[in-house]
Amino acid sequence: MLLTIKNLHASINGKEILRGINLEVKKGEVHAIMGPNGTGKSTLASVIAGREVFEVTEGEITYKGKNLLKLPIEDRAREGIFIGFQYPVEIPGVSITNFMRTAVNEIRKYKGLDPIPAVEFLKLMEENKRLVEIQSNLTNRSVNEGFSGGEKKKNEIFQMAMLEPTLAILDETDSGLDIDALRIVANGVNKLRTKENAFVIITHYQRLLDYIVPDFVHVLFEGRIVKSGNKELALELEEKGYDWIKKEFE
Amino acid sequence: MESDSNKIIDSFTQGDYKFGFITDIETDMAPKGLNEDIIRFISAKKNEPEFMLEFRLKAYRHWLTMKMPGWANLKIAPIDFQDIIYYAAPKKKKQLSGLDEVDPELLDTFNKLGISLEEQKKLSGVAVDAVMDSVSVKTTFSDTLSKQGIIFCSFSEAVQKHPDLVKQYMGTVVPYTDNFFATLNSAVFTDGSFCFIPKGVRCPVELSTYFRINAANTGQFERTLIIAEEGAYVSYMEGCTAPQRDKNQLHAAIVEIIALKDASVKYSTVQNWYPGNKKGEGGIFNFVTKRGICKGNNSKISWTQVETGSAITWKYPSCILLGDNSVGEFYSVAVTNNMQQADTGTKMQHLGKNTKSTIISKGISAGHGNNSYRGLVRIAKNAVNSRNYSQCDSLLLGNKCGAHTFPYIQVENKSSIVEHEATTSKISEDQLFYCQQRGIGMESAIGLIVNGYAKEVLKQLPMEFAVEAQKLLSISLEGSVG
Repeated sequence: MLLTIKNLHASINGKEILRGINLEVKKGEVHAIMGPNGTGKSTLASVIAGREVFEVTEGEITYKGKNLLKLPIEDRAREGIFIGFQYPVEIPGVSITNFMRTAVNEIRKYKGLDPIPAVEFLKLMEENKRLVEIQSNLTNRSVNEGFSGGEKKKNEIFQMAMLEPTLAILDETDSGLDIDALRIVANGVNKLRTKENAFVIITHYQRLLDYIVPDFVHVLFEGRIVKSGNKELALELEEKGYDWIKKEFE
Repeated sequence: MESDSNKIIDSFTQGDYKFGFITDIETDMAPKGLNEDIIRFISAKKNEPEFMLEFRLKAYRHWLTMKMPGWANLKIAPIDFQDIIYYAAPKKKKQLSGLDEVDPELLDTFNKLGISLEEQKKLSGVAVDAVMDSVSVKTTFSDTLSKQGIIFCSFSEAVQKHPDLVKQYMGTVVPYTDNFFATLNSAVFTDGSFCFIPKGVRCPVELSTYFRINAANTGQFERTLIIAEEGAYVSYMEGCTAPQRDKNQLHAAIVEIIALKDASVKYSTVQNWYPGNKKGEGGIFNFVTKRGICKGNNSKISWTQVETGSAITWKYPSCILLGDNSVGEFYSVAVTNNMQQADTGTKMQHLGKNTKSTIISKGISAGHGNNSYRGLVRIAKNAVNSRNYSQCDSLLLGNKCGAHTFPYIQVENKSSIVEHEATTSKISEDQLFYCQQRGIGMESAIGLIVNGYAKEVLKQLPMEFAVEAQKLLSISLEGSVG
């Protein structure tokens, strides 16, 4: 088992958002987490990443057999957890090249490897730019600064490709994307899928799941996973909306 | 969350000074204190011509009538000017004819600082003048330069070999009556660099001076004079470090630049004097007067400074834009961490027609540091169609530091345009989290973000300096953010 979440409760400023999440993810799987707004989908991603504003009050998360909750943010990332953010932050003056080189090398250092040779790094950059169809020269562009919504999301997938995570959690990567960008993003994810890694795709709509076919679909509502199924569940949600679930559980 | 970011702030504000070593070297010193005899002693030590002694004595007598200025936004403990040694020189054999004869301890010092004079000479094409305590130790490359008529040597040597040039230009931009510290410097200055680029010559290498205060209880008073004749160009770099000592040491320097018609001078500083410890004990008091005059039409002077060291920095590299169409630039990054204080900025005096100036100032405050930008833009009546653009940004790390901006703007005609922009920001939790989520540790993340913030200024530095400055920015903030 790659990731095991048991009875996870988390709150922010004393307000409980996650109220007993249970989830198991194996290598090679793609899970989709769906649900109405404000039910804790992004909070779940933040808690897995280790964001300090959220306090875990109960439950546990085991990742690669380790107690994930004890690891600092950067070590979780170095152990292969990647979050594709819904609203990637801008870092003025820091080029994407420099940002990625720093990240790649810190991860390598953690694993006891030497820094990546410059030539190899640039080759990797070029390959992954092609993967998500980024044309611009990334050495001149600051991280997310002046990027359109679509560019920011492509940039998240690009970074994911560079860092080769074991567990990638994509938080509403499809929101605000036009159909071309959606296809590019989905394509990137599909090419990166292997037997050795897993994806958790947080989304509001079924649309993205036409391109990235999940093995499991979970519905998150009021801080709990209230329903799990296969990809058919996503279609059902698309058709009926979330109201029937709300009625069932309110 | 609050306590977490406080922990981060505390852990990051504890960076250590990396250049605090002391070189064990024999030093030739004047007795403590200041009077006319000391000045005569310095002048005699340096075997100076009469006009220099006269200049010093005039300055000293004027200085006695002056009071230390109190207008800066700085808290300064009283300075006892009689408790300072005004002359200290590494003891050496009479005349050095090559690097082989330089004291090996001294060479070792410069190697520790990452400036091997010999290597620099061979590899990088950077000509270096190294000033230790009061005396210029060695100037590399001057032979190569002299073939093009460029003079690059210590100030003392210039006084001996080119007294006419010194007499003609010294004190013309910063007169000996200018201000308390400049006047003090004019009385007691011991060495510095001299640079003369003749008409039409583009200096082929970066000229560089390294200043090092070593001896205890000494002040360092150096004086730099740069003259670019018609159509000449030079890029000049200055670096400074000092050992870790628990007593404050005084540094009061003067830099004068003269740019004639169509000449262009670029002056870059990476100032890393010892900043004192975390409690604010020790450290260099850095009171510097830097000023350039764009004397001829179409001339240009550009100042770039990265100020990471010193307990107190009081410094306003300025431009007098006298020639028509002349250009003045000021790019600055000033860091104050722990108990450091900085009051720094520039003065742009627009006198000629169509003159332009640009001011980009990036202040970074961390720990209990206090950072002020102070700048004057004055556009005189005859300076028609002139322009200034100023941008003053402040970045705060933590909640115990301060940032202040004091812009003064005087415009005396109607055809000129002055723009002033200012921002104050903090490194956001979101930015740090984003970096950490990519596997980048807290300290590297802060280094990245701060270097990004300062990029507009850092990119103005010559390549050799840019890398050093970037590292220095990260190091000086080590241990400090939230």
